[in-house]
Amino acid sequence: MAKTGKDKAGIYRQTLLDGLWRENPVFRLLLGMCPTLAVTAAVRPALTMGACVIFVLLCSNIVITLMRDLLKPHLRILMFTLTIATFVTIADLFLKAFQPEMSEKLGPYVPLIIVNCIIICRAEVCASKNAIAVSVIDALAMGVGFTVTLCVLAAVRELLGSGTILDARVMPRAFVPWAAMGMPVGAFLTLGLLLGMVNYLTGRKA
Amino acid sequence: MDTLQTLTVGFIAIVVVKNLVFTKFLGICPYLGVSGRIDMAFGMGLAVTFVITLSGTMTWLIDHLLLIGTPLEVTRYVCFILVVAGAVQLVEMYLRKFFPSLYESFGIFLPLITTNCAILGLCLFLNLWRVNSLLEAVVLSFGAGIGFTMAICVMAGIRENLKLADVPACLKGAPITLITAGILAMAFMGFSGMIR
Repeated sequence: MAKTGKDKAGIYRQTLLDGLWRENPVFRLLLGMCPTLAVTAAVRPALTMGACVIFVLLCSNIVITLMRDLLKPHLRILMFTLTIATFVTIADLFLKAFQPEMSEKLGPYVPLIIVNCIIICRAEVCASKNAIAVSVIDALAMGVGFTVTLCVLAAVRELLGSGTILDARVMPRAFVPWAAMGMPVGAFLTLGLLLGMVNYLTGRKA
Repeated sequence: MDTLQTLTVGFIAIVVVKNLVFTKFLGICPYLGVSGRIDMAFGMGLAVTFVITLSGTMTWLIDHLLLIGTPLEVTRYVCFILVVAGAVQLVEMYLRKFFPSLYESFGIFLPLITTNCAILGLCLFLNLWRVNSLLEAVVLSFGAGIGFTMAICVMAGIRENLKLADVPACLKGAPITLITAGILAMAFMGFSGMIR
């Protein structure tokens, strides 16, 4: 009994670590690139986006893990998508009601969480095969991993693009903002270089 | 004459000026995944163009005939994603029957068109930009598909040549593709003054 308990704890820890670093959705699996690039011009929208993704991922993982025995193989993707779409609608309505400004700023990228590959990928790989505890931990780990990555990218872009972080001035007054960082160009370049850096660091360790 | 002008301007705008890949970051996943070879990129582009035109038109009709102005508006996203998934299924069945070799080479990426953000994104943008005529919706959807095809083919061409280049080990694969995309995006910014 004690042994199975330990095994379980091991599985939980592994799931957690996988989500946060070893299988980090953005750096490792290259999933969910569209929102990653689109909402990271500043930290605040990136955080909001991360929170939405965590909410949707958690809820959809719970629902899917509960109905995993009822799913027919050829209909499962459709069921995943419908579940996710429902929760995204909830998140979108919530944002519109309580954070109208942010909702305006994020625009269509909130509904686009529906087609964020991370969520479908987790539903397919984890939630439809595992019990509820593992699915919840996986959702949290993946969601937090995604959010942290988003924030790192956003921090770099906001710092260089406007000299602020979370709208607070950080760079000295003499700093000339790099306008390109706020534009699509900056998004692509920063993510490319960050990926390269991660590859370099992990490659050297191995 | 006026309509024709609006349509032409809209078409050019969505193909080059507001290209979904370079300015709205939509459809990045297949853009990174399938842009290795130019023939596959072209096939993918055509499939996406077809699906995007079909689903853009359908969702516009559903939106304007059924949803707008009724309490059903909250089900918009669910309806949209169902239409997109249905359209992808249609393309998949067609390709499997008539072009089995192309079907084989797409592999997992074909069903993944469903989760191509460019398609759902365009449907949402049609709603957001308050496109009011069916004709305009069709032309914009088609243009978005053409824009995607162009972007992915340009990238595939560059990547085929990139194989010969001496890229640092840590930048191989996705990073260098992203950096290339960044430079391409910068080039496409040059079009932005063309249409106000």
